[in-house]
Amino acid sequence: MNEHKGHKYIFQIVSGSILSWNAVLEGEANKVGYSLPAARKTGTTICGVVFKDGVILGADTRATEGMIVADKNCSKIHYISPNIYCCGAGTAADTEMTTQIISSNLELHALSTGRVPRVATANRMLKQMLFRYQGYIGAALVLGGVDCNGPHLYSIYPHGSTDKLPYVTMGSGSLAAMAVFEDRYKPDMEEEDAKRLVRDAIAAGIFNDLGSGSNIDLCVITKGKLDYIRPHDEANKKGVRTGDYKYKRGTTSVLTKSVTALNLEVVEETVLTMDTS
Amino acid sequence: MEQTRVPPPGKRLKRVVSPVSLYPSKPLCLSDRLSLRAYIANRVTDKLTPIHDRIFCCRSGSAADTQAIADVVTYQLGFHSIELDEPPLVETAANLFRASCYRYREELTAGILVAGWDRRKGGQVYCVPIGGMLVRQPVSVGGSGSSYIYGFMDSNYKPNMTKDQCLELTAAAVSLAMERDGSSGGVVRLASISKDGVERRVILGNQLPKYSTH
Repeated sequence: MNEHKGHKYIFQIVSGSILSWNAVLEGEANKVGYSLPAARKTGTTICGVVFKDGVILGADTRATEGMIVADKNCSKIHYISPNIYCCGAGTAADTEMTTQIISSNLELHALSTGRVPRVATANRMLKQMLFRYQGYIGAALVLGGVDCNGPHLYSIYPHGSTDKLPYVTMGSGSLAAMAVFEDRYKPDMEEEDAKRLVRDAIAAGIFNDLGSGSNIDLCVITKGKLDYIRPHDEANKKGVRTGDYKYKRGTTSVLTKSVTALNLEVVEETVLTMDTS
Repeated sequence: MEQTRVPPPGKRLKRVVSPVSLYPSKPLCLSDRLSLRAYIANRVTDKLTPIHDRIFCCRSGSAADTQAIADVVTYQLGFHSIELDEPPLVETAANLFRASCYRYREELTAGILVAGWDRRKGGQVYCVPIGGMLVRQPVSVGGSGSSYIYGFMDSNYKPNMTKDQCLELTAAAVSLAMERDGSSGGVVRLASISKDGVERRVILGNQLPKYSTH
């Protein structure tokens, strides 16, 4: 089956231009009932990096509804526990609710065990829940925190697979952000360097991906302290209008003025109270 | 066997796996590349997952499915081992994998190789491909890149090779497959399991044997 198709492809490459290659591919795929994979627009850039003393999570602040920006300054870094935070890409409701559920369960778990919660525990809970829903909960998460075993960073995909890595990116802007990471990441960075790296990675997502935009939020988690910096960088401030189309009073000169009084008397007065209960 | 199912969306673990059975040790070998179609989500994945002290599994197929199954089997095997108060058999671990993979065969995409050492039968390799079959083999390969190295393994594997020969063979096999399979790549992870324990090794991209044809 594939061999036969191969011949057709080669013929079409030779006879057509490279530009129409995708169209050809789509056509061939459609004929057999397959459609080319659609670009997964999760409309976000989120990322995390492990540095010398802890982890830094970063996120943009644009929430999109199709092609419209629904929220210019939404918060994508969610609280899980005092030492663990989670960035969420994908369906906003899913990321919000999932992180809240796990945060709640983790607090109960911590009270039962009498210990500070571990990032691996949060990871297990999240992956088991997402796997149970077989990808229908569209939550792609970057989970980071510091516990008794040091700093940890996980990326969690909607189908329930996880990766434990020193640097991760998720969302539609993840390729732009990952390019920055792959270029400049070094193990055991200092806090300021790491913050700059995360800021630049999110900025790459904001300026090169249409689904991401507005400001850059940062969350620095170390053993002793937590810095939730919102916004860390107002990369997209609204501009100041330099001109005005309103005509000033006096543009049109008044030639004559005549006033006619309308004699009206009050006939009926009713008051409708607002229901403010 | 022709797979006519459309691959489900989500992250696919595609790669080459080839544990080689050898008494007393067993090298396991994997290349790492988790692909979301055209984007590589993790270029250094560890697809060699420990299930118990001397039992490992090589995962191929859907990352989510195989991670979930491996977690379940690790728990079940750990519980079983505590009940028995002795190290579990590799055959038991393989059967636990088979039980999950067969029962949920319609929902899962998981091709797993279970390999390890136990006191009863020494080094063993069990193959649990998609569909949930279970078969013990001296050598096995799996994953999308495995098609390219069946011939290589068939012709180069000899029974009773030494540990180093086996490690060389599996490393070479995985490198060859990585060369040809677009979904395989990154680094090669090796694990050698014997009575004395587990020895893990990583071969980085620039250290791989070179097999360029041009």
